[in-house]
Amino acid sequence: MAKTESTFKNMVLSLTLIALVASACLGFVYEFTKEPIALSNLNKKVDAIKQVVPEFNNNPYNEMFRLPSGDGDSLDIFPAKMDTITVGYAVSTYTNKGFSGYISLMAGFRPDGSIVNITVLEHKETPGLGTKMSEPEFKDQFSGKNPSDYTLKVRKDGGPVDAITAATISSRAFCDAVQRAYITLQKGAKL
Amino acid sequence: MNQLSNFTKGFIKENPILVLVLGTCPTLATTSSSLNGLGMGIATTFVLIGSNVVISMLANLIPDKVRIPAFVVIIASFVTVVDLLMQAYVPGLYEKLGIFIPLIVVNCIVLGRAEAFASKNSVLSSFVDGLGMGLGFTFALGILGAFREIVGSGAIFGYKFIPGDGILVFILAPGAFIALGYMIALVNKIKKS
Repeated sequence: MAKTESTFKNMVLSLTLIALVASACLGFVYEFTKEPIALSNLNKKVDAIKQVVPEFNNNPYNEMFRLPSGDGDSLDIFPAKMDTITVGYAVSTYTNKGFSGYISLMAGFRPDGSIVNITVLEHKETPGLGTKMSEPEFKDQFSGKNPSDYTLKVRKDGGPVDAITAATISSRAFCDAVQRAYITLQKGAKL
Repeated sequence: MNQLSNFTKGFIKENPILVLVLGTCPTLATTSSSLNGLGMGIATTFVLIGSNVVISMLANLIPDKVRIPAFVVIIASFVTVVDLLMQAYVPGLYEKLGIFIPLIVVNCIVLGRAEAFASKNSVLSSFVDGLGMGLGFTFALGILGAFREIVGSGAIFGYKFIPGDGILVFILAPGAFIALGYMIALVNKIKKS
């Protein structure tokens, strides 16, 4: 087959055709993957909720409500209930103070304000350093503590939290996000 | 050129990273562990094969003067497909690779192979070339990732076998440069002897 010549008509035609076919393919793939993507995002949140609150039998995702966090934003709260008695709250919280900016966590509290567990949902921290915040060695030190008498500050700042070696900023950011969740719950009179 | 040497040239002789030194940005950034390196390599391989095949089919239809924009549209479409599929079916890996998946678009290897090989060769050769180059890329990324993971955190594929923290610099960006430099030197040595 002869090579198409670079006339104006040929150029416009071939580019238009390629763009059309490409966008049709993309539209199809987008439709095809829309549901699995939404599902995997949902599963991730539901899994995170299960990890951070005591056992429950309601659907926290359907009973989600928002509370203002006091700095112009609001946080998603997922109440966990066992036979209509609230056993805990999972708070989807965040901070912008990470070493690479945004970190989002799911923090679980009992109704008395003590921390049950925390999981990291999203972060861009340094691999091998800041990423250790999602490991039990670091985050389990918060379990069972009540922020009302347990200052959420790393040792360097005069608090009781053991920071990750060489990742003090990430550790501070982690505390900041948990603190935000706690204050939001407290202000919303849920504790 | 027979298909076998066409396939194997991607590994050592014309390895995109170790010899051609193309696409070093995703290489350095994503190889902090062996799994990330391999995942990135496989995603790139898929894009390379797809774009090589389609471009070699369309090579005669695309007028020379607009070939680069046409190639870019084709490559970008494949990358978006990979991006969506990974988001849907391997969300864990997708999160780790993050921004580097969309950035396969600007990976020099993909456009480089389209321009230098696929636009001048048959569909089959282009397919083999894409596969060989992609696997060569994956191979280099896997080795680099494994090396950095072993030295930097004493683990391989996430399984820790050396207790302690390892040499942190290898997990960070400077370690990537150092490790890649030594790998290139080693390959040069092998090629010379």
